[in-house]
Amino acid sequence: MKKWFFLFAPPDWARRAWTRRKSRDAAAAWLFLAPSAAGFALFYLIPFAMGVMYSFRSGASGGRFAGLANYRELLASDSFRKAASNTFYFSAASVPFMLALSLGLALLLNRQIYFRKWLRASYVLPLVVPVASVLVIWQLIFDWNGALNYALSRFGIDRVDWMKTEAARYVVLAVYLWKNVGYNVILFLAGLQQIPRDYYETAQIEGAGRFRQFYGITLVYLTSTTFFVVIMSILNSFKVFRETYLLAGDYPHDSIYMLQHYMNNMFASLDIQKLTAAAVLMVGVIMAIVLGLFGLERRYRQFME
Amino acid sequence: MAVRKGLLTAGLGMIGLLLLLPIAITFTHSLMTEQELTIDYGPIGQRTEATETGADTFVNLKWLPDKVTLEQYGKLLVYTPNYLLMFWNSAGLVVPIIVGQTAVAALAAYAFAKLKFRGRDSLFLAYLLAMLMPFQVTLVPNYIMADKLGLLHRPGAVILPGVFAAFGVFMLRQFMLHIPYAYIEAAKMDGAGHLRIFLTIILPMVKSGMAALVVLLFVDYWNMVEQPLIFLDDPFKQPLSVFLSRLTGEWGTVFAASMLYMSPMLLLFLYAETYFIQGVQWSGIKG
Repeated sequence: MKKWFFLFAPPDWARRAWTRRKSRDAAAAWLFLAPSAAGFALFYLIPFAMGVMYSFRSGASGGRFAGLANYRELLASDSFRKAASNTFYFSAASVPFMLALSLGLALLLNRQIYFRKWLRASYVLPLVVPVASVLVIWQLIFDWNGALNYALSRFGIDRVDWMKTEAARYVVLAVYLWKNVGYNVILFLAGLQQIPRDYYETAQIEGAGRFRQFYGITLVYLTSTTFFVVIMSILNSFKVFRETYLLAGDYPHDSIYMLQHYMNNMFASLDIQKLTAAAVLMVGVIMAIVLGLFGLERRYRQFME
Repeated sequence: MAVRKGLLTAGLGMIGLLLLLPIAITFTHSLMTEQELTIDYGPIGQRTEATETGADTFVNLKWLPDKVTLEQYGKLLVYTPNYLLMFWNSAGLVVPIIVGQTAVAALAAYAFAKLKFRGRDSLFLAYLLAMLMPFQVTLVPNYIMADKLGLLHRPGAVILPGVFAAFGVFMLRQFMLHIPYAYIEAAKMDGAGHLRIFLTIILPMVKSGMAALVVLLFVDYWNMVEQPLIFLDDPFKQPLSVFLSRLTGEWGTVFAASMLYMSPMLLLFLYAETYFIQGVQWSGIKG
């Protein structure tokens, strides 16, 4: 009677499974998953597994098992250490900064204001502007002879070569914030609007101050939104590489030399061992961070309930 | 109260204007003549002895053109046939990726969000990690894979990994989590199969999510530079993003080229703004 389940005649193993709902779901699930999973395996999983393999070998083709030699060499390399620490510190500094800034703006936008829709749209518009389109603007602003230095000189401040000194970090940070702050503001704003008004009223009656309300209600109810924003912000903090790369090329100033630069350059010099070892380490660290975040979210939600 | 409301609006408005500034500057500069730009921005990129000693070589941003002209656009569209070719190349890469990824991801997201199967959580974790990885992580194996599949130096080498990228699955799953199981149970009672449920109940309910996904994918892939640089060696098959990144310094056309390049994105955004924002909003709230 339940022939609707498959578009075509169900195979035997599926027919047997019909008695139990769970496995019926599972069969359907794999049908829905099939196109995605096949492509995902072909273009992501298998390549990554191949990468892991290469990272333990002494040469790409016909190499022998080399144990941890590639990793040892990698960790001893100055340029890798520089790239890894730059990437780590950039994300570690920019993500919390981004969180604070976008939450702050969202709280303000959530107050009584005019033109909320227009403001929201103008905040998110930079997101859709292609990187290559505004490169020339960044050059005009951050060049040695550029507009920012002009403005500084008006106040008697010495000019800075923004792209070729330590200051390059702040340029990358500024570009990252410019592009992504609106997206996070929208996410937080949506989260804020989900919190029932009467929670605050009750808290007020019970004599809770503004900070108490913020910590006790706002932050608690924003947990899952924050989790999502953090994931997206990490993702976007890696994506800002594209801007850096287009602005400063393969070898930018040391302070913004990222893991992606390193891996690109290893690819260019055909050093497959170091490249794959670096990739494996990076995946490991990101996995640890993601699992940590999941654990944190779960514990936080249990605490909430 | 009204005063406070006004002040707050003004303050937030200033930030909004600041964020819009790069777009506005690109637009006004695209209407300037080459001479005007060369004279105004000549010193850009020149750090010479003279500038070290503090001579005044600064350029200031100019807001409005002295003389409004469409010269740049004309030059670009008439004398640079490559530009249109690259524009076409970009579209040829981006459209299949968006259509493909949205379709493939919608199916997979349904399985992840609404069906139970063994290994679901660990497979999803793999998707999530793949989504967070920079493109360089699987660069070498991907290159070898493309070579083995005979895709190297063909658009497929860029398109196929895009179609199967994990981002769409992540986003659409996020939306489908909101849909109560009750809808699905009710449809099952009425004798609907999973495919019917998916097509007639789930898809219409995640419309805004799909809109947001399409915009975000468009943004991301309209922007791509590294993939085509590595997988497509023929300069005439490169998308506009690669072409444009080499154009900086050519004051004659760069602003008009940038403006034309971002215009599809801006138009799409203005057209789908409500859906897009709604979609982004829903993606961050847990059901």
